[in-house]
Amino acid sequence: MASHVVIDRTAKLVVIICASASFVVLGAIFVFTLREGMPAFQEIGLSNFLFGTEWRPGLGMFGILPMTVGSLLVTLGSMVLAIPVGIACAILLAEVASFRVRRILRPAIELLVGIPSVVYGLVGMMLIVPLVREIGGTGFSVLSASLVLMAMVLPTIISISEDSLRAVPKGYKEAALAMGATQWQMIWHVQLPAARSGIVAGIVLGMGRAIGETMAMIMVIGNAVVMPTSPLSPARTLTGNIAAEIMYAAGTHRSALFATGVVLFLLILVLNTVATFALKRGIRSQHVA
Amino acid sequence: MKTHLGKRRFILLMSSILTIGLVLSSAGCASSPATTPTGLSGTITEAGSTSVQPLAERLADVFMQMHPKVTVTIQGGGSSVGVKSADDGTVDIGAASRELKPSEPSLVKHLLARDGIAIVTDPANAVTGLTKDEVRRIFAGEVTNWSQVGGTDAEIIVIAREEGSGTRGAFEEMVMDEDLITSNAILQLSNGAVRTTVSTTPNSIGFLSFGYLDTSVKALAVDGVEGTVENAKNGSYPIVRPLYFLTKEAPTGLGKEFIDFCLSAEGQSIVTDEGFIPVD
Repeated sequence: MASHVVIDRTAKLVVIICASASFVVLGAIFVFTLREGMPAFQEIGLSNFLFGTEWRPGLGMFGILPMTVGSLLVTLGSMVLAIPVGIACAILLAEVASFRVRRILRPAIELLVGIPSVVYGLVGMMLIVPLVREIGGTGFSVLSASLVLMAMVLPTIISISEDSLRAVPKGYKEAALAMGATQWQMIWHVQLPAARSGIVAGIVLGMGRAIGETMAMIMVIGNAVVMPTSPLSPARTLTGNIAAEIMYAAGTHRSALFATGVVLFLLILVLNTVATFALKRGIRSQHVA
Repeated sequence: MKTHLGKRRFILLMSSILTIGLVLSSAGCASSPATTPTGLSGTITEAGSTSVQPLAERLADVFMQMHPKVTVTIQGGGSSVGVKSADDGTVDIGAASRELKPSEPSLVKHLLARDGIAIVTDPANAVTGLTKDEVRRIFAGEVTNWSQVGGTDAEIIVIAREEGSGTRGAFEEMVMDEDLITSNAILQLSNGAVRTTVSTTPNSIGFLSFGYLDTSVKALAVDGVEGTVENAKNGSYPIVRPLYFLTKEAPTGLGKEFIDFCLSAEGQSIVTDEGFIPVD
């Protein structure tokens, strides 16, 4: 057997092993969480657990609906705030800003990714919470959490969006400009649609970070288990619920926290699937157009 | 020539390291009580209250330094776990940061220390004291405005600890009776986080273990008594909880040695260092 064939086969094998490792890890986490959470699903009952609105472990009440709503609202809020800002920033970096401005801005934005979430939480607690308190309520709120999360997901959205805006073939842009489009018309009607799949990918990644964020959320959201009724009311996220109570929990309570993890896992799965579906559809409609 | 120099430097470096090591280790021996070996050996296990845990760990560290052949393992789990595991013999010593309930098995209690729980507000608050009943009604959500308890017209922001916290448990037991802490309360996950939140949030109220009090928050007088270590010691301050070690029988052997050490003058000075109230 020729040596290049051996190398070829070995490389293939190595790649397969590495790829399956990530699947094994994913599967192992899910199976373990599910196994630990199963007693809670059985004892509490699936609908009591998913749709119950009272979480009082001391009294045997385990309803996670307020926290599921809290997690979704905070994620939604941060996305509503971050998407326009992020895309605008990406357009600025890709098309409008001069080389010198870009050389300062881009590393600054990338630096934001490396800041630990506890630091975001601290700044949020000292800066954002008092500001939101000026509007009303205690300041520990869904709005504060959304603002902190916005800052945390922006770098992801900006850098991936900018890269995909830059990847749009030069010919597209030149053709648009040659037909008399202004720069803005070219960006809005040609470049943004062409870069859509990359921008959506950036948003999906940002959303994943938003829903999984724990430490910064605990510090600014108030952690009260109440159904959030306005952007100014406190809430608790699913991740915060696990982090807050796992140190003390035993028996059904502990199992209920693992069950919270299962719900979180499935929630992320559903959100990612929906977003990926939207992404694929975006690409298809682009080809038709 | 070059290698020769390198070798000489190496020897010099090694000998200086050895000398420093010798000096340090002899200094260490002189200052450490380990120079008087006691012959004690074996293992002690302790589990229970998470409020006792940091104190017990500190005591165990010092005890193990004194008796190098002894291993003391400290675990959490909560006061209920401490009672249960001391009773069924899973551990040598249980720990509880509350009185035992009538429904629980009777165990030998060793009062290790006391811990006061202070009611705190931000320093700018006009209120300087509350009755215990007012505190209960505020945390239950019945009283929602500072003007109802002699303060300015502002909504009260209640800051509490998360479910399962030992400090919350003791607060509920001593102040709340059968009432529940309002679900609108902002929950923070540690004494430190409660202190930061209360100090930066106008019109807020929270509760803190005495060990965490400082000038960034104002401790309120409860039933007219200032929350100080002295008042907690003489029994006039109403929110003080006991920290107990629990054993199934009167302790013997190694367990007795450890408990005796904790209650000795040296052990009690560690209790003071950790911010708790020593037992006289």
